[in-house]
Amino acid sequence: MFEVLRFEFMQNALAAGLLAAIACGIVGTYVVSKRVVFISGGIAHTSFGGVGLGYLIGINPVIGAMIFAVASALGIGVITQRTKLTEDTTIGILWAMGMAVGTIFIGLAPGYTPDLFSYLFGNILTVKSADLILMIILDAVIIIAVLALFKEFLSMSFDREFSAIAGVPVKVLHLLLLCLIALTIVVLIKVVGIILVIALLTIPATLARQFTYDLKKMMGLATLFGILFTYAGLWLSYILDVPSGATIILLSGAVLFAYLGTTKLRSRRKRKATATE
Amino acid sequence: MNKNQAHPPEDIIRLENVWMYYNDVPVLEDINLTIGHGDFLGIIGPNGGGKTTLLKIILGLIKPTRGELLYCKYSSQKGENLMGYVTQHNLFDHSFPVSVWDVAMMGRAKGSNLFKRYSKYDKEVTAHALDTVGMLEHKDTQIGSLSGGQQQRVFIARALATEPELLLLDEPTASVDSAAQTEFYELLEQLKQQMAIVIVSHDLSAISIYVDKIACLNRQLFYHGNTEISPEMLEETYKCPVQIIAHGDHPHRVLKGH
Repeated sequence: MFEVLRFEFMQNALAAGLLAAIACGIVGTYVVSKRVVFISGGIAHTSFGGVGLGYLIGINPVIGAMIFAVASALGIGVITQRTKLTEDTTIGILWAMGMAVGTIFIGLAPGYTPDLFSYLFGNILTVKSADLILMIILDAVIIIAVLALFKEFLSMSFDREFSAIAGVPVKVLHLLLLCLIALTIVVLIKVVGIILVIALLTIPATLARQFTYDLKKMMGLATLFGILFTYAGLWLSYILDVPSGATIILLSGAVLFAYLGTTKLRSRRKRKATATE
Repeated sequence: MNKNQAHPPEDIIRLENVWMYYNDVPVLEDINLTIGHGDFLGIIGPNGGGKTTLLKIILGLIKPTRGELLYCKYSSQKGENLMGYVTQHNLFDHSFPVSVWDVAMMGRAKGSNLFKRYSKYDKEVTAHALDTVGMLEHKDTQIGSLSGGQQQRVFIARALATEPELLLLDEPTASVDSAAQTEFYELLEQLKQQMAIVIVSHDLSAISIYVDKIACLNRQLFYHGNTEISPEMLEETYKCPVQIIAHGDHPHRVLKGH
């Protein structure tokens, strides 16, 4: 089965899996720790409007998705900072509006949209070299931003008020973090698709959290889990001949719940053992 | 680190005729307050009396509708923060992945060192702050796994790491057990040698034992400059008759018998 690795599409898929794991390992750690999972879901779904725009005006739908993702990240941030709308309401509205805009654009687009499904549910085997270049650039932006502002992101995520008093520009940094989430979603679109993105943002980081409470180690471990999940999921989908994105998600979710289940069982057994002593 | 030895006693901040409205409803009315070096001030008052709003104005988090907040110290003109802030420990996400050391280090993540790594000096100040509150040996523990009293000490260390001239505490002993509360106030007694302290609480009996001055806040500030709380003062603040119950047998008890 290793001869399949000689094909360019398979090499691209493996590179895409690695790049996706790096982005979701780093940014997913913030998403899980800072509890912005719902915002991330909102940004991801809003980006569907950009996919539609891509089809309509004939540009790469991923570029369209990036524009919409960043715009919705800034939109959610600015609307909740400046108006009386609550954050979850804003997210819900933008989420549905983004999807609606995308649907209308696709309806207006000339001809037929054959690979629409791959933007919704991902298809890692269709990643092209141009996609990889964009993913490398976005990964680099994420890594540089987090390296430069690690201590501020940590302080702000833990206690925004204290951070603001200490003079950290928390409003700007919050918007920047939402933009990093948007970029991560763009990196992940080709791998698992808009609808499944949220799982790769949360599962590897949540699993990593079970082993460490150090944010840096959590990022490293989450990246490692991300690589394992995408590669194992890709391999499973190849031998079972089922869609890759969904396989990656189901495998990750199954591993997480299996781990949580066995630790729970083990601690219960331990408690019972100490109680009978 | 002992800055106030070099400076003569002087004012740190001054609030002049400060008014605050939320949706046309006054929350604070004509507040005048001066906090100077060596002050250990307790602000008490009922919930909804504007305690947190007043603290947020002092901290610069919100701007008053009217009136002025003056920073008297020269260091604030250089843009340096001179206030350390401690809030209730139970407002934090206890599962947040961060160690005691990293929480205390957050006191050094200031606007002035954006994009930079922590310096050797930052680490020394943080270690000293954790040592002062007796939490240095727990530095690698995850913050959420500590007891409430220990967490509160770490948050004080974080505030101390900012090298403040004024330490502001908002309901710091809420949901901390009474033994830890006593230790906590004894720590503040020690710290007041080095900085001014303002403590906001609804628990008047506990703080009145330790603070040097007390003020009552219910939209208006009744500031009497000493810790004698009279029943009249309390009635004025709480807008209903209040019975004073003295408990404990602290030798410096300042509550009057009645």
